[in-house]
Amino acid sequence: MGKKTGKQTFQFANPPTIIATGTVAGPFEGRGPLAEEIDVLLGDLHNGENSFEQAERSMLVQACRLALDHAGRGSAEVDLFLAGDLLNQIISSSFTAATLAIPYLGIYGACSTVAESLTLASMILDGGFAGAILVATSSHNATAERQYRYPTEYGGQRRPYQQWTVTGAAAALLGYTGQGPRITAATVGKVVDMGCKDPLNLGAAMAPAAAETIACHFQDTGWDPDSFDLILTGDLGEIGFKLCRDELTEKNIHLGENFSDCGLFIYDREKQDVHAGASGCAAAGLVTFGRLYRRFQKGELSRVLLVATGALHSPTSFLQGENIPCIAHAVRIEA
Amino acid sequence: MPAKKTTPKQAAYQKKVKKYEPKPKALHNAVFAFLSGGTICLLGQALTDFFGAVMGLPPEKAANPAVATMIFFGALLTALGLFDRIARFAGAGVAVPVTGFANSMVSAALEFREEGLILGVGAKLFSLAGSVITFGVVTAFIVGLIHAIFPGG
Repeated sequence: MGKKTGKQTFQFANPPTIIATGTVAGPFEGRGPLAEEIDVLLGDLHNGENSFEQAERSMLVQACRLALDHAGRGSAEVDLFLAGDLLNQIISSSFTAATLAIPYLGIYGACSTVAESLTLASMILDGGFAGAILVATSSHNATAERQYRYPTEYGGQRRPYQQWTVTGAAAALLGYTGQGPRITAATVGKVVDMGCKDPLNLGAAMAPAAAETIACHFQDTGWDPDSFDLILTGDLGEIGFKLCRDELTEKNIHLGENFSDCGLFIYDREKQDVHAGASGCAAAGLVTFGRLYRRFQKGELSRVLLVATGALHSPTSFLQGENIPCIAHAVRIEA
Repeated sequence: MPAKKTTPKQAAYQKKVKKYEPKPKALHNAVFAFLSGGTICLLGQALTDFFGAVMGLPPEKAANPAVATMIFFGALLTALGLFDRIARFAGAGVAVPVTGFANSMVSAALEFREEGLILGVGAKLFSLAGSVITFGVVTAFIVGLIHAIFPGG
């Protein structure tokens, strides 16, 4: 039990390394400011497949293969595959696992998946149960819109506080070889319900969960906001991000310029008309395994706290008038 | 399961959310809806006059081919992927006329065609438009009932 610190934080005695990453994004993301830090940009949303669901899966397979190729490993040399996505019964992840043929554990944490998978993979590696683990997540604008909202071609007007689901997939190989940033600690969040019901404003629903987890990480570890180069929430978007800062201020935690949100980096919010910013599993995935990984490799970053947030509602629970329960998990990444 | 009561903490947070949420630009949206909706109605009237003149139909009969033509264009623009872009600016202006009804059905048909003709297109065609039809029929029934009870009204 020596690895647990405080209430909800786990510190790794033998911190695993992010050996390599693979990232794929859609054409709309390719026109945004993150484009240069993504491995492969798709020409169209179908990616040569018949349905959008197949397209999402093909991106996820591609991201996983890229991560393996960059590490120079075959899938037989990987002990476990941990993945999750937004679609019902996490079909993107499970079908990808069928293609990769790596022993697989499917997880669901909505858009917090990247942090949830990094936490679980680090625990398994640190526990000595595996030597190399592949983690991955994906989201697709058209599949998410269909499942949670309206048909793609339906002409509805978007709310000014709405976010845009990212089309993309991100994967990373974790283990104990090679050079790369390491996962040194993780704070597992509790589910928070602050009474939000509007599925078009998930940033606002998720903000309190992010604030709770950030506060808990500081309390458990004794670290403070100045200990980090960057503290990044997952996909709160503009409104949720402001609310999160506000919630933290109320807890007497004052975050400065090093506090930001992955959802604010992916699009040019003025030119691309995406309102409050990006959302979806791939938002935090692409920023972490695309941008952060590259900047760690260049030596531009040394300590980052990634706080990926997820809204845990379903289209059914929302229609039945239930609140939107949310979660946030934090992982500390160090050079 | 009955919905849980809102706690004071949740209520306070909801108040804060309202403060941060930007308001939709009501005047801007209304002007655009008025102009786009008006343009569509103008087109509809022009078509009605055209069919009246060409086919020699009285105005109430000429409206039928005019509506069918508008539905065709709503469907065509949806299939070409242009309708949702127009709707971003026009809003209620294209949603309220028959063009919006056509869009809601064609977009559903396009979306679910991969799930097959029967359980996909056939079953989900009315996923958005269904409630319009249901409540249209219910309203017509109630109005008809009132008319039957108070004849000559």
